[in-house]
Amino acid sequence: MSIRKCRQDRETKNESLSGLNRREFLKTAVATGTIATGAGVFLNYAQSIAQQVEVKHGTNRFTFAYISDSHLLDRGREHRFAKSLIKAVKDVNALEPQPDFVLYGGDLAQLGLRDELSLGKDIIAELKPKLYMMVGEHDWYYDMGDVWREFFGKPTYSFNHKGIHFIVLNSVVVEDYWSGPKMAPMERMLFMAQLDNPKGRPFTVGEEQRKWLSDDLSGVEKHIPIVVFSHSPLYKYYKAWNFWADDAEQVQKLLSPFKTVTVIHGHTHQVLTNKIKNIAFHGMMSTAWPWPYAPEGIPKLTVQMDRPDPFNQFDGTGWGIVDTLHDGNVNKTYKLWDRNPMIVSYDKVSTGRELVPGPSY
Amino acid sequence: MKTTHKMFIGLFALLMMYAVSANADNNSATNVSSVIQQSKEQSVQIVTACDGKKKVIVEGYKEGEPMPEHKAREVAKLLTALMDYCEEEITAKIPETEIAIQLSINGDPFISVTAIEELPLVLVHGGKPHTEREKRIWSAELNRMIDTGYKIFHDPTLGTNGISCDMCHPNASNTHPETYPKFQTQTKKAALLRDMINWCIENPQEGKKLSDDDPRMKALEAYIISERTGVILEPGKH
Repeated sequence: MSIRKCRQDRETKNESLSGLNRREFLKTAVATGTIATGAGVFLNYAQSIAQQVEVKHGTNRFTFAYISDSHLLDRGREHRFAKSLIKAVKDVNALEPQPDFVLYGGDLAQLGLRDELSLGKDIIAELKPKLYMMVGEHDWYYDMGDVWREFFGKPTYSFNHKGIHFIVLNSVVVEDYWSGPKMAPMERMLFMAQLDNPKGRPFTVGEEQRKWLSDDLSGVEKHIPIVVFSHSPLYKYYKAWNFWADDAEQVQKLLSPFKTVTVIHGHTHQVLTNKIKNIAFHGMMSTAWPWPYAPEGIPKLTVQMDRPDPFNQFDGTGWGIVDTLHDGNVNKTYKLWDRNPMIVSYDKVSTGRELVPGPSY
Repeated sequence: MKTTHKMFIGLFALLMMYAVSANADNNSATNVSSVIQQSKEQSVQIVTACDGKKKVIVEGYKEGEPMPEHKAREVAKLLTALMDYCEEEITAKIPETEIAIQLSINGDPFISVTAIEELPLVLVHGGKPHTEREKRIWSAELNRMIDTGYKIFHDPTLGTNGISCDMCHPNASNTHPETYPKFQTQTKKAALLRDMINWCIENPQEGKKLSDDDPRMKALEAYIISERTGVILEPGKH
């Protein structure tokens, strides 16, 4: 075990410990008789704490990992963005135990080119766990998803895993801005690729997929936990950068009859936490670069990560794991490269208690 | 020399003919009127030029009291200069004891000038408001520079690896140009904004740095500064 991994594991356990009150802590410690007096008993102690944490936060059903927003350019495996994705794949493959599956959160390519997507496909093919793919706008707007679909299949689908209903959406649908001005494919792609494009169009799930979602959900019992994967956040954060879904309320309404709903989204490249009624929202990190927080609209539950150090290529980037609990809610862990991991537990999201601030340097 | 002398005498006489009392004039702004009102209680004489817009309050002389020639010359010279200067309403005050002359333009608060030659720069444009055409030209010229910067900022060809500035800095966020110069701890030296622009070009973008007077560098600075003007700095975050 490397020193860093050892430190990370310790931090994770310390973080979990903070969820216990003193009484529970003593109960645990007395029950196991292992109040740490030396390094030798530490492992035993930590394991018992982990069991206690499960009681507190709910039994862990299973874990899945995500990698997102790699924005690969057609510049081979030595390009910094390719190196980052390779690093994430290696990190996920090194997880012990292995996650049940990996979700790729969209924006595998930067400009939707076949060679970019092909490079990405080759790199993520090295992942050991099963892989589920989601599309982002950078994958889509050069050829309207032709190559992406050829490589990865349908962008909208659902599946069940260990009692949870998972839904994957293409939530980067925008109104046609290209036909009128007769934009060339790359022109259309660059228009969409520019985050601060003043003429940009807001993302939607769109009528067609909302209909699909409604049909899909009609076959799911209301007590079944739902996890939705969406590239854009399914709420309204900051329109100018398309941290946004224009039909968010309509999608949220379709999800409203369900007791337990979690949305895991990409696109925002930052630590982001939100809760709207019955839905908990978690952002995914990018492997390529962090976006700054928007000047307005940051959800109150979000504890912002510190401003990344531009001199460290990997700072403010990373991947993540999601622990699904017995009740179907999730604890989300941001695996930030060169920083301690940041855990956003459902307990904290649901009670609205102040989250533990992000680790610093 | 003699001719000039005669001209001043003549002008002075002319001015005296047009002189009116402060009571007859209601055009001045409140603060100027109050000064005139106040002045009336002291020993002052008010001389108004033929255009009706320029007025000199001469302290130390009662209304109708003849002034010595040097004082009359001073008043005449001042009124002439003010008429040449602009078309606006100006009230000047020649204090009895101080050397400085007080000027109020269009009822604005009085400002001091020590000599007629030092008329305030604010009126360098002849005191006329800028025309819409002028404003459009200046704005277009400024925006041309900023727009050039915007294009370069969003163009990956500044570097060699397909990465452009806006990918990490949408709307030039996290650039905080107002904080430079500062000691950049990572490079261990004091840096200007342009040094950090060049750092980004050379490192994340793997490009060749720009010289300080490169028009692209100037345009980048223009864009970044214009985009960030008025944005609150949140240390550690933005």
